[in-house]
Amino acid sequence: MSDSKLLELQEVDKSFGGLRVIAELDLVVREHEIVSVIGPNGAGKTTLFNLITGIYRPDSGEIRFQDRNIVGLAPHKITELGIARTFQTLRLFLNMTVKENVMAAEYGHTKVGVVRSMLRTPGARREEKEIHRVAEEKLSFFGDRLMGYRWDQPAYSLSYANRRRLEIARAMATQARILLLDEPAAGMNPRETHEITELIGTLRDVGGYTILVIEHDMHVVEGISDRVVALDHGVKIAEGSFEAVATDPRVVEAYLGLRTAETK
Amino acid sequence: MAAGGGSGVPPDRSGPADAPDSPRIGVDEWVASVEGKRERYTGLRGRLTREWDHLPPPARVLVFAIPAAIFPLVTTEGNLFRYGLFTLIYALLALGLNIVVGFAGLLDLGYIAFFGCGAYLYAILASPQFGYHWQAEAAIPVIVLGTAIVGLLVGLPSRRLFGDYLAILTLFFGQAFVIFVNNANRISFPFVGHTDLTGGSNGIANIDPFNFFGYKITTTRQQYYFLLIGVSVFLVLLMFVNDSRTGRAWRALREDPLAAEVMSIPVNRLKLLAFVCGAAAAGFTGAIYGTIATAALPGDYDVGLLITIYAIMILGGFGSIMGIVVGAIIVSSVPELLRSSANARPLFYGAILLALLVKIRPWRLLAAELGGLVAFGFVVHAIAEAAYPRLVDGKALGSGTVAHALDHWMLLPQHPVKIADFAYISLIAAVVVYPQLSRLWRALLLAPLLYLVMFVWENLLLVQIGGATRLVLLGALLVALMNVRPQGLFGTATVEIV
Repeated sequence: MSDSKLLELQEVDKSFGGLRVIAELDLVVREHEIVSVIGPNGAGKTTLFNLITGIYRPDSGEIRFQDRNIVGLAPHKITELGIARTFQTLRLFLNMTVKENVMAAEYGHTKVGVVRSMLRTPGARREEKEIHRVAEEKLSFFGDRLMGYRWDQPAYSLSYANRRRLEIARAMATQARILLLDEPAAGMNPRETHEITELIGTLRDVGGYTILVIEHDMHVVEGISDRVVALDHGVKIAEGSFEAVATDPRVVEAYLGLRTAETK
Repeated sequence: MAAGGGSGVPPDRSGPADAPDSPRIGVDEWVASVEGKRERYTGLRGRLTREWDHLPPPARVLVFAIPAAIFPLVTTEGNLFRYGLFTLIYALLALGLNIVVGFAGLLDLGYIAFFGCGAYLYAILASPQFGYHWQAEAAIPVIVLGTAIVGLLVGLPSRRLFGDYLAILTLFFGQAFVIFVNNANRISFPFVGHTDLTGGSNGIANIDPFNFFGYKITTTRQQYYFLLIGVSVFLVLLMFVNDSRTGRAWRALREDPLAAEVMSIPVNRLKLLAFVCGAAAAGFTGAIYGTIATAALPGDYDVGLLITIYAIMILGGFGSIMGIVVGAIIVSSVPELLRSSANARPLFYGAILLALLVKIRPWRLLAAELGGLVAFGFVVHAIAEAAYPRLVDGKALGSGTVAHALDHWMLLPQHPVKIADFAYISLIAAVVVYPQLSRLWRALLLAPLLYLVMFVWENLLLVQIGGATRLVLLGALLVALMNVRPQGLFGTATVEIV
């Protein structure tokens, strides 16, 4: 495994009022790694994503991406640098077409301004063609699921599983280097879950993305992870291979609760 | 299943086939074919919308511009002024507002102030007020830039606001503008001291006509063609920008600002951009309005016009460019058409008939209702004639067969004022109660209700058609439309959550 750190969190802290949601968290994601974050509900997993993408600002600590501190940058700047995410509660642009959803996410790495768009200059045309090409390329990643006539349909007409796929396609279109996937298999049937597991592998192997994923489904976590990080109450309680983390007594305790006196 | 279903997939837009080396993770042809059938309109309507979608933007504009260019050749100067000029001004204004509200989803209630800014700026630059008489080719860029800067200044403090908060702040700005121009004739300005900047409540009169390099735009016809070119060019620009990176970003932030921000779209900057673009368009329109009206009066830039422009957008459909043009045509021409009773009566009865045709199914029920209405009228007329002749001693307004026929069917008292007022109030009560009734009662009471509507129309509304009635009717039309098609004539229904 290459040891170039792509994303690094150092002693990141975040409280809401008196509630400490993330406590002195250290986390490293290396290039071409798939890292899973697990933990019971309320462990701070989604907050972690919100901190990395700049929606929340950490109270203290550093978040470094490609050796650059990104704390305090606006979310769209962070995305431009190469961090893109999906949402646990899907947040597609529902009334835009499938293709437009992906094309909209290419805003950050395109340049043509409003005047040149109005006049449709040759440069604007060229860039528009490129936007279409990239969108089609990203959508083709999902096989037939998001192809063909579906491009021109509004996103709300998609099935739940296809919406999850479209969110991933949209995140890819920002030209990200690392994808933050927030429960990509939530609400999917076993077959779709299996597909998502395969897809995440393909994203890394073919797409060349580094992936940080929150997931509850342990089969998915087992199938994809190079490394697993377990959180509970904002504290990292275990880290390592899936087997090591899954059998770690603190992880078991976090999920199942402390053993009662009787079983001791 | 796969083979049979596959043939149902619409063939016209199949997209590129997967490259053999790209990952293929599952194929769901059955779902594809079913959804494909469901999502596509069939028949004439489907063909028309598809053809329309395939037209390039300039060609779409021609569909509207060619009839509009012919219009002055077949009508009088007065009609051109009343219908043509105002339709185009409304259209231009609504298209500018559409950038802010329709595309970017920012509820801007101070929009008319930018329109007023444009008119006043032109009045200051080209009227005897200060003795400047700028050429239009110099004044228009200055005005567009000036209102854009005002838009920027209003937008800067409000760029973090959404929805109601933004609406209140911009409404404040709109009202502040009216108060400012009403009083700016006696305000002391820094460096200048007391100056009569805006003429106060008297406004600024005798504004110059546009003067392009010595060519003056003076007649109504010239103004009309100038506006038509302006609207057409603006339409093309809007269609281009709508289909560009910026247009998509605007729509994305309207859909979900947080997701847009995380998808690399600088939300605050784009909101500001929408605001500035809308303001510039309004300023340009204001300058044109200034030369047409030849005066800038504070009353012209008040809430009334704002409501009209929003009515156009609601009627046409938020975000739909061509819908707004149609909305402008309807909102500006219907009240004008209604000014004379000769036009108003067919419009009114036509609208009622149309509504019945749309709402009542099957046709047997419709025929029964219409037959019942006719019979009900004759019965009421006969009873009144026998028992209470004073109810039928008048005559229907106007002449012609319809008016003549109405004399034998509708109750037309000579002095209808009192009874008509009473009927009007009963009608309002009836309209409120009617939808609450059960199906059977609604079917039974429809004919008397319609008769009551027509009675009020013939005896009260038609007499006052030049005044409040036409606005009441326009309001009723809008309310009815909002019930039937909340998304407007050409808008697409938005889905909030699924």
